Amino acid sequence: MQRRRISMTPKHQKGQTDLSSWRKGGTTDPEKSLKILQFADGEKNESQEVSLEQALNYFANERGRVLLNKSSVLQKHLAAVETIGLQQGLPPEGFEILLSVALSGRFVDAVNTRLLKSLIPASEIPQSSVITAVSWLCVSKCSDNVQLLFIKWLITVFDFIDCKEQLRALYGYFFSLLQDDRMCPYVSHLLYLLTRKENVKPFRVRRLLDLQAKTGMQSHLQALLSLYKLFRPELVTITLPGKMKTYFRNSDGPWKAAINAVRQRKQQPSPLFQTLFLSTSQPRSRKRKWNVQLVIPASSANTNHLGGNRGKSLDLNCQKVSFPVEQLQTFPQFLQNIHQLELPAQMASVLTNPLLLHYMNCVKDESIYLRLYYWMGQMLQEECTWCVADNSNEEEFKSFLETIYKTECFLQEGFCASAEFLCNCLPLWDGCCCRSQILGLVSWIPPSIFSEIGSQLYDPLAQLFFTSSLYFKCSVLESLKELLQNWLNCNAVHLESELNSSNTTLSGLVNLVAQLIHFVGWISTAALRLEHNSMFLMFFILNFYETVCDMYLEYKLPLLILPPAGVFYTALLSMDSVTLNQLCYIMYRYRTNLVAAKENERSKKKILQFKFSNRTYQEYNQYITAMVGCLWTSRVFQKDIHPQGLRMDDELLEKTAVKEFKSSFNVVHHPAMMCYSVDFLKQAYPDDTTYNFKLIKGKKWDWYLQYLYAQGLNGLKVFIESSINRISLRKAENEEA
Amino acid sequence: NPQRVVSLLHKAWALYSVTPLFRFSRARLQNYARLLRVQIGAELDIKVVLSSVPDLRGSQQDQAAILVELSQRSQGSPRSSEDKLVWSGWFCSVCGDELSENMPEDFACLPLFLTNGAETYTAIVGNWFQKTFDCCFRRLSVSPLNLSWMAAMWTGCSVDKAASALELVFSVPRLPHSLDISYAIHPEDAKALWDTVQTTPGEITQEEVDVFMDCLYSHFHRHFKIHLSAATLVKVSTSIASLHCDGILKILQSQYISGVLMLLTELAISQIK
Repeated sequence: MQRRRISMTPKHQKGQTDLSSWRKGGTTDPEKSLKILQFADGEKNESQEVSLEQALNYFANERGRVLLNKSSVLQKHLAAVETIGLQQGLPPEGFEILLSVALSGRFVDAVNTRLLKSLIPASEIPQSSVITAVSWLCVSKCSDNVQLLFIKWLITVFDFIDCKEQLRALYGYFFSLLQDDRMCPYVSHLLYLLTRKENVKPFRVRRLLDLQAKTGMQSHLQALLSLYKLFRPELVTITLPGKMKTYFRNSDGPWKAAINAVRQRKQQPSPLFQTLFLSTSQPRSRKRKWNVQLVIPASSANTNHLGGNRGKSLDLNCQKVSFPVEQLQTFPQFLQNIHQLELPAQMASVLTNPLLLHYMNCVKDESIYLRLYYWMGQMLQEECTWCVADNSNEEEFKSFLETIYKTECFLQEGFCASAEFLCNCLPLWDGCCCRSQILGLVSWIPPSIFSEIGSQLYDPLAQLFFTSSLYFKCSVLESLKELLQNWLNCNAVHLESELNSSNTTLSGLVNLVAQLIHFVGWISTAALRLEHNSMFLMFFILNFYETVCDMYLEYKLPLLILPPAGVFYTALLSMDSVTLNQLCYIMYRYRTNLVAAKENERSKKKILQFKFSNRTYQEYNQYITAMVGCLWTSRVFQKDIHPQGLRMDDELLEKTAVKEFKSSFNVVHHPAMMCYSVDFLKQAYPDDTTYNFKLIKGKKWDWYLQYLYAQGLNGLKVFIESSINRISLRKAENEEA
Repeated sequence: NPQRVVSLLHKAWALYSVTPLFRFSRARLQNYARLLRVQIGAELDIKVVLSSVPDLRGSQQDQAAILVELSQRSQGSPRSSEDKLVWSGWFCSVCGDELSENMPEDFACLPLFLTNGAETYTAIVGNWFQKTFDCCFRRLSVSPLNLSWMAAMWTGCSVDKAASALELVFSVPRLPHSLDISYAIHPEDAKALWDTVQTTPGEITQEEVDVFMDCLYSHFHRHFKIHLSAATLVKVSTSIASLHCDGILKILQSQYISGVLMLLTELAISQIK
């Protein structure tokens, strides 16, 4: 590739060397005098430091060819970049702009050199910025010195570049730069860092040997050749002289010291240097570790297993061709190559690769599960921020838990490793750290593991539950509801797939579910008292029971458990219609399930042949009597036979000084329904300002009910229609018939 | 080759627990050495050797130990056969049946990893193993409870040569400057105490260990009025071996190498499960 050399105009050169004249301050620079005036004014302090963002903006937008000596603005911004770069290092986003500026020749060489020298990374360098810089290199807009400085910089900060795949793809371009004599040593060093086995090609070896013949035995060429020989000994047949201590001249330049200084200032080694520097730790404090990093590895196959011959890769089916996992991008590709897929070297990489997760779902390979199980178990144990002392990396751990949770949602099943981890860490958990992630993971614990560790989970969970805020309580109830749903779904799937599901697993699941529901019933009752019957809390509790009431019909699980009295009566006597409506719906669903069970029993169907005990029916009847008596017949205080119910003597009720206590909880007078009845009266009798609820009777009662249904109280509707046998309706039906 | 195993003595080993290695093949040790060599970098003059040491194992179910050695060729004449050992690492399993019981064929169970040498090399070798065999290294931390077990067990072992003192090092928490208390007991006194505590030879119970430690604590308290039971035991040194809670081991007697490694294998497995 031909490289144009820029000829520098004399004017340009003068500008470059005139820095000192500017400093003498003899010229009447209008900008400069303005600066002095402003400084004197004190309004805008020009000598204030420019922020990095301002400097980057300036460099990104400055278009014209600015001469250094003429522009103090340029000086200011340049100085800002330098100071920030040398003190704390530049953030990743700054590199793209500054590299483009430095290599595009927009500014003079002095500016470019100063910019390149201040490119100290704070954390890492994005690959895209380096690729952009190399593309500028191709058009040779900047001078040779700057290009050389860029290559030196690239060598020094090589380890900071976050990903090097695209850079490796440019191997051919870098190789072509070898022909320039000045750049050759540094480009060789760069190639030394970039070379991989597949880059060693015969024509490249020949090229190197030619260069060597031309220029003599140079240490950098020797280095590259010996590396080539290591990868492909058959291609490099010459004998290379012994062992050299240093192949490459120290091309670190001014950056190495600055990088070290920045690092020391941060007082913790950058994660990339972890492997290269001994950690300076105090005794018994947590060292920065090389072995355990919460980084989910990229999916790449393991060429190391294949021995010397890359060409023949045998997979499970002993077919010669295998599809490398790095190339797996789309789902059709996955389907085509599903039998030849080369599995990744580190199974942990499936966590972020949905296609490989599909593979895990389909292929029942024990080794895959085991590998993932061990890795996940070790990571969770090691990085748990509250189990391990001195570990304060909460954000990282939180996102790790989040990844696991998302994977579990994708696979629709939980991991054993995460379930065991929860068992260990929940007793030590404070309820705040990574809360939604932990509760999310709780909802995916598989029933098989829960049966072993259940008691170890219930106790700490209950402890946290009772001592925490309303929102935590609601979150726990939500996650327990999801846990129940996951178990039920899992069971439903099993019933469909295996027609002869063993009785033991089904009864085991029934016991587990019953245990869970009783646990939730217990904590709900206590929580309602603690939170003074909060409507928000009641919503979550009733949500849970909405799942519970339909277990028989929806999920084919022969179990029916009614809510405890503490929940039922609190809901029945609540102050808001949403709760009442929800309760009505739930009781309706219970009825439907019980009726269906009775019918199935009578018809003697093979599946679902299960009889609910009489006690269940009794319990339900007690509740329904109370409810109907409360909402409809106004006889709850006499008729309620539930041991924890509302049965009260008239004398006691008279002491309350409430006039019409008998009807005080029916659909008209119930505190939850009061707003509706008032509204109804307003519409029915617009002129009447005294709200006479007694007017709602007979035909108006029916209209009132229709009005309620129209307001969206669907639960109430289905409850009344199913549980209340109305004489008037029957009469109407008979009349019609 | 008993020579190899003896090289474990008198060196400070950093301990790690390793999850089972996937598709680790003993036939390919040379291949692995070559790949590891590339990983280390062509610049430094390091020779990598991986070898299998069948002597170091507990039962027949255990896999033979794997030794990784990194040596630097001497600076002198290239023909010199003197290579300086700069780093060595042992993968071993002594009576690690608990882990290897139901393990599928593809996995090699070598849960204990010992390393001696610069940590930079440990990092390189460890990272390569993690990437190649999908395993996980974790620093083995030993709880004070387990350390007191070691103290009791090793005191009970008899040594032919002159025994060194039983030394316990405690760290006192929650002080502005960290304080270490070192408590050394004459080995014969310690053994005599242990002999009175232990009831059944060959068997040790938790109660016996507790009694042993309590005696030592109360003796200390009588003299110095300090309750060592409130401090944290961090290091135990006996004439057999010394162990630090951060997972640093030194073995001093060749006949007890297996025994010590058996205990540590157990600890490593408990850290994996």
